Amino acid sequence: MLTDSDITALLLTIKLAVLTTAILLLLGTPLAWWLARTRWRYKFLLEAIVALPLVLPPTVLGFYLLIALGPNGPLGGAMLQLGAEPLAFTFTGLVIGSVIYSLPFVVQPLQDAFVAVGRRPLEVAATLRASPLDRFFTVAIPLAAPGFFTAAILGFAHTLGEFGVVLMIGGNIPGETRVLSIAIYDHVEGLEYARAHWLSGGLLLLSFVLLIAVYAFNRRFRFARLQGSAL
Amino acid sequence: MIALQLPIRRDSFALDINLELPASGISGILGPSGCGKTSLLRALAGLDKHNGGKLAVGDHCWQSETVFVPAHRRGVGYVFQEATLFEHLNVEQNLHYGLKRVPEAERRVSLQQAIELLDIARLLKRKPAGLSGGERQRVAIARALAVSPELLLMDEPLAGLDFAMKQEVLSYIATLQQQLEIPVIYVSHVAEEVARLADHLVLMDNNGVVASGPATEMFTRLDLPLAQHSDAAAIIEARAVRYDEEYDLTSLEFNGGQITVAGRAASMEEIVRLQIAARDVSLTLEQQHNTSILNILPAVVEDIYENSRASVTVKLSANGVPLLCRMTRKSAQELGLKAGLSVFAQVKSVALLV
Repeated sequence: MLTDSDITALLLTIKLAVLTTAILLLLGTPLAWWLARTRWRYKFLLEAIVALPLVLPPTVLGFYLLIALGPNGPLGGAMLQLGAEPLAFTFTGLVIGSVIYSLPFVVQPLQDAFVAVGRRPLEVAATLRASPLDRFFTVAIPLAAPGFFTAAILGFAHTLGEFGVVLMIGGNIPGETRVLSIAIYDHVEGLEYARAHWLSGGLLLLSFVLLIAVYAFNRRFRFARLQGSAL
Repeated sequence: MIALQLPIRRDSFALDINLELPASGISGILGPSGCGKTSLLRALAGLDKHNGGKLAVGDHCWQSETVFVPAHRRGVGYVFQEATLFEHLNVEQNLHYGLKRVPEAERRVSLQQAIELLDIARLLKRKPAGLSGGERQRVAIARALAVSPELLLMDEPLAGLDFAMKQEVLSYIATLQQQLEIPVIYVSHVAEEVARLADHLVLMDNNGVVASGPATEMFTRLDLPLAQHSDAAAIIEARAVRYDEEYDLTSLEFNGGQITVAGRAASMEEIVRLQIAARDVSLTLEQQHNTSILNILPAVVEDIYENSRASVTVKLSANGVPLLCRMTRKSAQELGLKAGLSVFAQVKSVALLV
């Protein structure tokens, strides 16, 4: 069964996924809303940036984050100057990496959901005296609820399975950065196949259940929209 | 008075609308699809902003060089072509959505009034997804009324409804105007809907506003396409005065005389709209006595318009009430019709518009 260190890794992974999902929903909602509504000519540039983690090898992303967050990097250096510890090889660094890594999995379903809501219900709300913020919270968000559900589950599930980014910027510090996928890798390296089985099987099952939930709840869901949809 | 001046500019579309509308009754805006009717309504509601536009409703300035009142502060009610109900709310919650955002002091229409007027009491707990097209549109109208609008804007609210539902919703609109005294601007491309409802009529084509004036006058103006069309018809308002039980006929009175229609057309003293198609009217120089035609009105020829080499439309005045008559140019010539000539208009059939 699971050893203590496996359980520590499991809890850390869940903590990371929950935190990442929460941050992504907070940041991704306004971004997705803006992408869904703007008529800016060059919004495709931003959409391409959001989609980048879909195609980029996680190690590449992790590598650049390591450089940026490390003591000699622009962000890490600045933090060092301010008296803070650099973020490389910390849980916070891991959260930052995960947020970037899972960004498209949250932003794209939200953007699709907002596009599907369309302008009309919001115009109706405007003629019913609702201010822009009011109609965003009372019309746009409730009508886009299936998109939020999909976004939350995909963001969560995708963060669970993260490996390359963690390896690059998190390393393998038990209780701090040693997440499930790293623990599995360790077990395989150490030829502890039985323990690797437990963790891998569990992760497989969990991911499958989460995706079933997404597809069952949101029948029209399409995975990974790479092109911006026309508004 | 509603005064608007709108320079509408789009990629392939430039339209300047200058218009004054009465701030009471129903103003119909009639024109072909794509002529800018909806743009006009959206600009009135504040849903679109056209730079350089000016818009004043009564004492309120909604748009000028320095002012642009956003949609949610304009006090309009808007009924869209497709009733967009909030699918996540039930009917009652849809009605409350606007109502609860209006301060109590500004509420002139009670929710109960709106519900009764549109007859939707039994739908309150239902979700929009389970409603028919007519029911959805009635809920949308009630929802717009519940915010006690200063001005109710309706954009083809009957499009997409079948004939029976159209009739039903039309009669609700007519009633609500009579009971609530909210000025309505009603956009449509169907002359019949406007004929039935409008007190004031604005005629638009692809180049903008063609003419604007009292509806009864507009339908009979020979210089406008409405009267030149083969379906041209005059609209008169008449008061029901007598019901003949034996023959099942209702007599109605108007300034130009008396008209008899089949059936119990209205309750006594009720004022109804009648439509008399130009092609259902024929003219004689002397009053005919041995004829099957019941409705014969003395009238004076006002003007004659040649639709083609074969047909003309004659505008008549029955004691000041305009009527139209369509006949061949040959008949007109043989009768020696000219302005000022006294004639008798024989009306073959009358349609009740309410």
